[in-house]
Amino acid sequence: MNWRPVIARVLAGLATIVVAGCAGQPVTDLRGTGDLGIVIERASGSVQIVDHSRRQSLGRIEGLGDLSHAHATFSRDGRYAYVFGRDGGLTKIDLLARRIDRRIVQAGNSIGGSISQDGRLVVAQNYQPGGIKAFDADTLAQVGEVPAEYAPGKFSKVVGLADIPGQGFAYALFDAGEIWVSDFTDPGAPRTRRFAAGKQPYDGLVTPGGRYFMAGLFGEDGIALLDLWRPEQGVRRILDGYGRGEEKLPVFKMPHLRGWAVADGKAYLPAVGRHEVLVVDVTDWQEVGRIPVVGQPVFVMARPDGRQVWVNFAFPDNALVQVIDTLEGAVVDTLSPGRAVLHMEFTPRGEAVWVSARDDDRVTVYDTATRKSLAVLPARAPSGIFFTARAARIGF
Amino acid sequence: MTAIKAAQTARFDNRHSYLMEGSVVRLAIIHAVVLLVLTLIGVGTAGAAEPDGSRRQALVAMVRQDCGSCHGLTLKGGLGPALLPEALAGKSAGSLIATVLSGRPGTAMPGWSRFVSEAEAAWIVDQLLRGFPPVDAGGRR
Repeated sequence: MNWRPVIARVLAGLATIVVAGCAGQPVTDLRGTGDLGIVIERASGSVQIVDHSRRQSLGRIEGLGDLSHAHATFSRDGRYAYVFGRDGGLTKIDLLARRIDRRIVQAGNSIGGSISQDGRLVVAQNYQPGGIKAFDADTLAQVGEVPAEYAPGKFSKVVGLADIPGQGFAYALFDAGEIWVSDFTDPGAPRTRRFAAGKQPYDGLVTPGGRYFMAGLFGEDGIALLDLWRPEQGVRRILDGYGRGEEKLPVFKMPHLRGWAVADGKAYLPAVGRHEVLVVDVTDWQEVGRIPVVGQPVFVMARPDGRQVWVNFAFPDNALVQVIDTLEGAVVDTLSPGRAVLHMEFTPRGEAVWVSARDDDRVTVYDTATRKSLAVLPARAPSGIFFTARAARIGF
Repeated sequence: MTAIKAAQTARFDNRHSYLMEGSVVRLAIIHAVVLLVLTLIGVGTAGAAEPDGSRRQALVAMVRQDCGSCHGLTLKGGLGPALLPEALAGKSAGSLIATVLSGRPGTAMPGWSRFVSEAEAAWIVDQLLRGFPPVDAGGRR
């Protein structure tokens, strides 16, 4: 007897069952990504994928290398997270399939990145070799770069990278004291403009509409401001001499800046070497106040509606978080989320905020109105928390 | 609430002590004096009062996590320079101890003398020069 037709028929039947099974599977798992995010587990090279509607972890992905000072940006469809590791690793995570889609090592020492206006380029900012590199967002193939060679043979660490309208990226050069603006319309031949900024810019931000780029200065009291609509006017200095010539307090961790600093027409910025949050009117860039806080501010983040600003602190005050009411212009609450609070992330409309506490291995979710804990999620030495809502924001 | 109040009071005291610190010039002088004294008494590889086991673990965690904010968790450098043995080769232990304790004026490096004693700074430097230990698997990372 010839068994071949029988075997073929059985195999065909099995195949039908398998295909039917696969086709059925996605239906039960079908979901959006608008309420997903990731929590970086810095010491173990892993991330957790989280759901901020249900306040739960959906799983852990390992093998991302050195994630100290890791940062993430998102594809504009909100499906993929691009995670930039300290060791130069760039990992593209599929939030739906919950796996690593692609991973490359693109530099020796990296601190973050951003995605282009059209979503096609992912750009990394690097300390070593100093500069920025652009990658195809689908394949992670390198398509362009701007070495931060500010003088012959001298390369600077790059900080504060932010995407800006027009396929542009603005960033600051820590060692050169400059702001550079690169146009990646032709990724293989980016055009770069340079602006003198001031001593030791430590981070930067672009305002929510994409018009202004600001670089905070460590080496002097002030902030460098560039109007991206009128770059020919050059950098102007705001908050000049805010330290009033007083002795700086020691800074045991550098503050961070990002577009979340702007709330209700004012920018809330960390002072450097002073335990204050500086408040600037964004219409005329004049200082309109300063709010005393318990330590050196690191993240000064406005709730999306701008009514509150949450602040965490550098060592040794890093077990506390303070909440500023922007109408009162004062601290209204002090929270203790755990030891070594490293980061905070608001839900897109700000009813809750997730706070990581590295040395207590947990993330606490707070109701921002009542400041009551809504959930506590275990995590290994958590640091950055990044939600997909960033995908739709300029400068993230 | 009382714990927070106590913490705030303590922090106010800290701030007070910050204000007691002198100018950059004075820091530079302190740096030089500490360096000189350390060189004279020969503090190097073996400090007089080495930290005990649990304190060592705390110091290792502090170096990797808090110094690591600038120097990297693996100490290969970040905004601050690398602290790996090959990067520190040729630098004297005394100079490094002085840097840990009183910082480097004109750079982002603060002094850590509020948090570590001279002997502890000497132990940290010794460990850095040998290749810094990982945070104990049983303790904090």
